[in-house]
Amino acid sequence: MYVAVKGGERAILNSYALVDQARRGDPSVPELSLDQIRQQLRLSVDRVMCEGSIYDPELAALAIKQAAGDLVEAIFLLRAYRATLPRLGYSLPLDTADMQLFRRVSATFKDLPGGQVLGPTYDYTQRLLDFSLAASGAVAEIDASDAAPEVGPVPRVVDLLNHEGLIETHEPGAGDPDPRDLTREPIAYPADRATWMQNLARGDEGFLLAMGYSTQRGYANSHPFAGEIRYGMAELVIEPEELGFAVSIGDIEVTECQMVNQFGGSKSQPPQFTRGYGLAFGASERKAMAMALVDRALRADELGEAVEAPAQMQEFVLSHSDNLEASGFVQHLKLPHYVDFQSELELVRRMRTSGAPAADASEPAGEAA
Amino acid sequence: MLQSVDGSNDVEGRRHWIGVLARAELAFLEQEMPRLKPPSHTWLRKPETGLAMVRARIGGTGDKFNLGEALITRCTLRLATGETGVAYVQGRSHRKVELAAIGDALLQSPTMHAAAYRILIEPVLHELAARSARAQRLAQATRVEFFTVAREAGA
Repeated sequence: MYVAVKGGERAILNSYALVDQARRGDPSVPELSLDQIRQQLRLSVDRVMCEGSIYDPELAALAIKQAAGDLVEAIFLLRAYRATLPRLGYSLPLDTADMQLFRRVSATFKDLPGGQVLGPTYDYTQRLLDFSLAASGAVAEIDASDAAPEVGPVPRVVDLLNHEGLIETHEPGAGDPDPRDLTREPIAYPADRATWMQNLARGDEGFLLAMGYSTQRGYANSHPFAGEIRYGMAELVIEPEELGFAVSIGDIEVTECQMVNQFGGSKSQPPQFTRGYGLAFGASERKAMAMALVDRALRADELGEAVEAPAQMQEFVLSHSDNLEASGFVQHLKLPHYVDFQSELELVRRMRTSGAPAADASEPAGEAA
Repeated sequence: MLQSVDGSNDVEGRRHWIGVLARAELAFLEQEMPRLKPPSHTWLRKPETGLAMVRARIGGTGDKFNLGEALITRCTLRLATGETGVAYVQGRSHRKVELAAIGDALLQSPTMHAAAYRILIEPVLHELAARSARAQRLAQATRVEFFTVAREAGA
């Protein structure tokens, strides 16, 4: 039970002003522009779009600025703004096989039609602090004069190099059903794969990373390989009813991860490689990889594996993945709980005077606000 | 990516130029539109900002799922000369969506099509192609050939 508290209006208003000042910092230092955030903190922007679940770099940059760089707070701001907007429709499914690629690598196949393209990755940097950045921002030039431009789309590795049929394939279910929408109806268990994909797509990167990591360390034996990771631009195609035909209205940067996992087979399926899938707005490779690991772990039931580890447990994963909910419930603890605490104080005093522990004292509390 | 298409009023042509107008910069449309002296227009649907749920497929080819939403703005208008223009653009700009819809309407007009295509569409196509080729060139400069080092016989 939460008991309302009154008072503090003036202090709260002053705290608004103070947070404004703290955000701005020293006024003699130039103020950040949204363009600067978009251009120079692009990976922060991508994470906020991803978990804020709205693709719009300008709004994400604004949220980051307003939240003074606290990305979870920025994600909260974006989700709150989302609630004020009408839904204008649904896109056609992104065609990730037809993306313009900025990066594309496979850890399973060395020689790929279309090649391995590293793109703008930190993977091969030495992680030494670059003190030259502290002074200026001179940018290295690239000699791209002899690099022949690629022609045409580059198909996905898992589709391309599966001649022997040793990797499972994914086809749409009968009638190509529309997925449930978690922004319209709450999750119900057991959730189907399309539903958990939506949950994971906006789930907290840190949480998914830890859950994915746990599957590698033995909490759900997953034996994963990164079959393919691609980052690039996919067309956003919608079919407005006033037009009656599909139009491509822009491009969305996404990162896709196809994880390939060893699978010994079951009664109904021969031994083969199964797949986990990750897809995230922007250049969000860590997120997409972690998502693919967790997706695969959550398929334990479907593939006849014993559900033993946290990453395989739907309710555990899906009800703790959202950092808005998690942050809200953890942080509400700092709101006034005076009445509640008073009653607990009374209880402890009584227990001390009576000398015997109360029967209910060891039970875990429910929502004791 | 977007390809160049001829034709002034068929569905393919319109699909194509709506996509180009959606990708044009606001500053470009502001600057070039007056050259076409568009007639006045009335709103059939005023500019409205909202969300499109972006869908994808599990594994790229399987069941559809909801990835997240994209911020878009749309409008529909009618020119005094009778053509109806529709626009959908990414982002929140009411002005950009208005100019894009005027462009769509002008491109449907037999008398205005050629000029509108030359002034509004061709420069954007050119810019998009250049940007895409540049991105491709830079990406290809990071293309690698990995070699596996096989153990020699008897080792």
